[in-house]
Parts: sequence; C-alpha cells; structure tokens
Amino acid sequence: MLAYAVKRIGLGLLILVLVMVAMYAAVFLVPGDPATVALGPRATPELKRLLIERMGLDQPVWWQIIEFFRNALTGNLGYDVWSNRPVSRLVLEALPNTLILGLTAVVVALLIGVPLGCLSVMRRGTAADAVIGVLSVGVIAVPSFVVAIYSLLLFAVTLRWLPAIGAGEAGDFVSQAKALVMPAAAIALGWIGYIARMVRASMMEVMGEPHIRTARSFGLPEWKIVSKYALRIAIIPTISLVAVGLGSILSSAVFVEAVFARPGIGKLITDAVNTRNYPVVMGTVLIMTAIYVSITIAADLLIARLDPRVRDVFRG
Amino acid sequence: MTGSLAASDLSVRYETPHGAVHALRHVDIEAHPGEVIGIVGESGCGKSTLVTALANLLPANARIDGSISYNGIDLAKLDAHRQRLLRGDEIALVSQDPMTAFNPVLTIGDQLVDFQHHRKDLSRAQKRARIAAMLGRVGIADAERRMQSYPHELSGGMRQRVAIAAALLTDPGLLIADEPTTALDVTMEAQIIHLLRELRRDYNGIIIVVSHHLGVIAELCDRVYVMYAGEVVEGGEVDAIFHDARHPYTQALLACDPARFHERLDRLPTIPGSLPNLTQPPSGCVYAPRCDRAFARCATVAPPLVNLVASHVARCHAVMP
Repeated sequence: MLAYAVKRIGLGLLILVLVMVAMYAAVFLVPGDPATVALGPRATPELKRLLIERMGLDQPVWWQIIEFFRNALTGNLGYDVWSNRPVSRLVLEALPNTLILGLTAVVVALLIGVPLGCLSVMRRGTAADAVIGVLSVGVIAVPSFVVAIYSLLLFAVTLRWLPAIGAGEAGDFVSQAKALVMPAAAIALGWIGYIARMVRASMMEVMGEPHIRTARSFGLPEWKIVSKYALRIAIIPTISLVAVGLGSILSSAVFVEAVFARPGIGKLITDAVNTRNYPVVMGTVLIMTAIYVSITIAADLLIARLDPRVRDVFRG
Repeated sequence: MTGSLAASDLSVRYETPHGAVHALRHVDIEAHPGEVIGIVGESGCGKSTLVTALANLLPANARIDGSISYNGIDLAKLDAHRQRLLRGDEIALVSQDPMTAFNPVLTIGDQLVDFQHHRKDLSRAQKRARIAAMLGRVGIADAERRMQSYPHELSGGMRQRVAIAAALLTDPGLLIADEPTTALDVTMEAQIIHLLRELRRDYNGIIIVVSHHLGVIAELCDRVYVMYAGEVVEGGEVDAIFHDARHPYTQALLACDPARFHERLDRLPTIPGSLPNLTQPPSGCVYAPRCDRAFARCATVAPPLVNLVASHVARCHAVMP
C-alpha cells in the first residue's frame, strides 16, 4: 500500500511538471510577448527591457521553467503584472471560495445521487425507477450555466430569496451559505443524474452476482444487502467517475463563478487570461493541477482501501 | 426447531418472453429430521429449481403450484417477509460455487456475523466466538486469523468449509447443499464429503444434498430422488436405488457412471437422445423418446407414480409393484 502510494505520488509530480512545460510552451507560442502586452504599445524600450528582465523573459524557456519550479518550491509563484501582488497570495485568497463551491457540489451530488441510484435498484422496473431514470437523463442534459441563469432569474430576480452575486459577507455564515446555494446547485444538478445512473448500472451488475444470492439465502434484509453488500462494490466505478469529474467540476466553476460574479479561482483565471496576466495564469494552473492530481491519487487510495483485491495487486 | 418437510404436487414454471418453461412438474418428496436426502439427475433436470424453491429463493418470474410443507407451514403460501425470516434461520443453503459465494470486499468474519442476524440475543463478540468455534469444527485451523481474511485469500476447499460453517451457524432445521463438491477437485471433494459425513452424526435436522455425482449421493444419503426433465422419476432408499433400480432412466444413469466400470472401455457409455423441450413438456412419459423399453402407451399417457416395496417409488408404465 505504501509503495503504491509513493508510486502514485511520483507519477503525480511528473504530471505536474509536464503540465507546466506545456503551459510555458503555449505562452511561448502565443504571438506578442507578455511584456509588450502588459505595458501597452506606447511603452519606452527601457521600461520594456526592465520588465522583461524582472519577469525573466530574457532567459531561455527551459531555464524559465526550472526557475519557476525552484521558486514554486519556496512558495513564490511570481507577481501579478498589474498589481504587483504575489500570485501565491491571490490564489490563496480565491481558492477557499472555489474549493467550498466544488466540494459542496460534489457532496450534495453524492448525497442525493447515490441513494437515488440505490432506490432505483431496489424498485427496479417500477414507476419510481422510471421517473428517476428520466429525471437523471434530463438533468445530465442541461448545461450548468443554463441552470445558473434560470435559477438566477427565478430565485434572485423574481422571488428575491437568494443573493444574485458574490460569495456573501465575510464572517457571516448564513449569508455565505445563501450565496453558495445557487452556484453549488448549478454544478451539482447534472452530477446527481450522472451518479444516480452510474450507481444504478454498476449496482444492477453486482446484484446479479452469486454472493448476493448467498446474502439473500441467509435472509438478510434487502436494504442491508443493497447498502452494504452491493454498494461497497458498486461505488468503486462511481469514485473513479467523481475523481475524474472533479476536473470538469472545477472547469464548470469557471462559468458558474462568472455568472454569479463569485470570487474564486475560476474568476481569477478568466480575468488573468483576458488581461494576459501570465504569472497569475501559471500560478493558478499549477495549483489547480496539483489539487486535481491529489484528488485522483486520493481516489485511487480510497479504492484500494475499499477493495482488498486491488490492495493485494499492489502489495504483491 | 426440527420438523418434517414434504413437497406435494409441486410445480414451478418460469415465465419468459418465449413462453413458460415448466422446470418442475408434480414433484412429491418428503424428508424427516435426521435424514439425509439425495437429489440426483443430469444438468437441466430441475434439481436446482427444486432446492431453490425449498429455500424460497426463486426469481421473480417463477410461478409456483402445489405445496411445500415444512414443520406444518406451507412455504409456498408465505409472503416475502415471512419467507425471508425463515431463510438463514430455519432453512440454510450451501450454494454451488464456493469461489463466488462470498462477498469479495468484506472479511469472512464480518459476513458470518451478518449471517447470524436472526440471533438478536447474541452480542457481536458472542457471534464472533461462535464463528471461531464453528470454523474449528469444520476443520479450519487458525480460525481467528481466517476471520480477518477476505474470501480471495482462501482456497476453494477452505471456502466451501466456511460456507458449510456459515450454514451450520444458523442452527437450521433444513440444510440444503446444492452441488457442494462440484466446483472442487477430487481430493477436496473427498475431504468435504468426509466433513459432511462427520457433521451429520451430531446434527438432527434434515440435510438435502444435490449432486449429479452418484458417488457423492451413495456415500452421504439415506434416501435418493432421481430427477429427469423436471419430474421425480424414481425414489427410495440408497440401497434400493443403487442395487435394484427399476426406472429405465435410473438404470441408464447407473450404467453410465464411470466409477462402476471394472475394466477399461474404449468408449464411455451415454444415454442417446437429449432432454425434452420444457416449454412444451410431452403429454406422455418424459423419458419415452430416449427409453429403449418404451411402448405405444408411453408416448401418450403420463405414467403414474408406482409404489414398489417400502418407500421405493418409480414413475413408469413398465414397472410392476
């Protein structure tokens, strides 16, 4: 298990390096050097040279990448071109909002999706199963920004129940929670359907296995068979799905944060790309990739924890 | 609790999109406490349907006619909830394939604790102590450590021992072993048969052993029912069936058992022909198309169950009481 974890973490670090190399290559290939974009067309050559030197753009690209990682290891991700504030500070300020949004969405989606999937299996072939199926496909089909805009119109504009924009007052839990409801629901809705379908499909397969018949032959109640004997196996593909899906949850956070003008990584990165604020783009991508890679590793370790057969493959 | 079991005029059909499959037709069997009953027949003869019906585990598309009386209760008429309460309490099943019979992601101990869920009077620690004792009784050394194991860490023979231990833990009045040795190699088979023989000495409920292996039946059982195409064609004491078989199918089945050949044969004997289509069972004798002693009446009139000596019965026009 430990060797497995070390191997997975090593692989994760390699992915981080590759992503950053690709990012540098992309910046390098985009026409117009960052210094010119930052200073505008009427900057003096001296000022431009100064900025180029300060950003390290006069060095070869591979050296810039090494410098970037060396600095990143000490917690220095460079400086915002416009405000000159440290990128690490900007990211750390935006990150909690996005993480709370993403995690709330995932937890809500799991808390509703998994029981719905189980219910579908326990009531298979009935009207309840059919309704859950149709609703699931329906919510999967609706993009999260559509949900965001319509819920904005309904709950913020017409009914005035929830705030339309922002992340709530700092330190005021109720106001923050209220501001979280719509963005989280916009992201979670499709995932509820996704997870319900996934759980139902893998659970149906597991329920046909002989060990379920054994559990039945000992008279175990159906809810216990579903929630313990079948779910522990059926949840495994769902864990992988959610771990991979967190990438798309974080990217849908970009849209959702834009719609609700909610401060967060999504908004930080869209603003930075629009203004060619490269240090901010780089720093944000590095942190997001690191988070994504850690989630994938955590999911793999969780699967190994749930399934002893997977554990043994890596032990042996 | 122990009581007698009697299935009378029991029929089971499976409703499928291609019509009903009459898997079991007019079966009469009985078993009394302390008896070991064998059910023998080739694949597809209805053995599994019969024991699945006795264990109340038939799938949703199965329709059941007739009665299964156990201890004075008609199992076929119980609602799903009452049936569930009997399973794993009064009735226990040792299922066919020990390799897939246990949940792969839960430990043996965890599952065996759950399987005792009817025993509300016992604490978790008491249940674990019973498991350790029972695993020792079925010949598993190091029981405490084995309870921490996952099924894939145990060999096939060991898993079948665990399956038997699980069934015995529930103190069933009716223990059904569905092909308990089929998935095992010959050495393991001998060990499991030995274990079952030992266990029956201090068990006073009913044991039903299903097998297509005549040797297993001969070694374990007191009485045997021979099944063919969903019907019981002959039944009686083990000695009567093995030494004085009267039904042509039983005779043919015994003639095909390789264990009974004394010299080398170039070609193993077989019964010519194949099983009838059970979506439209024949109106006459089910075995008539393959029977070398069939005459005109066999094809049109279903033979009655003829009572021979003692408990020996055969469903054939050609046998005389």
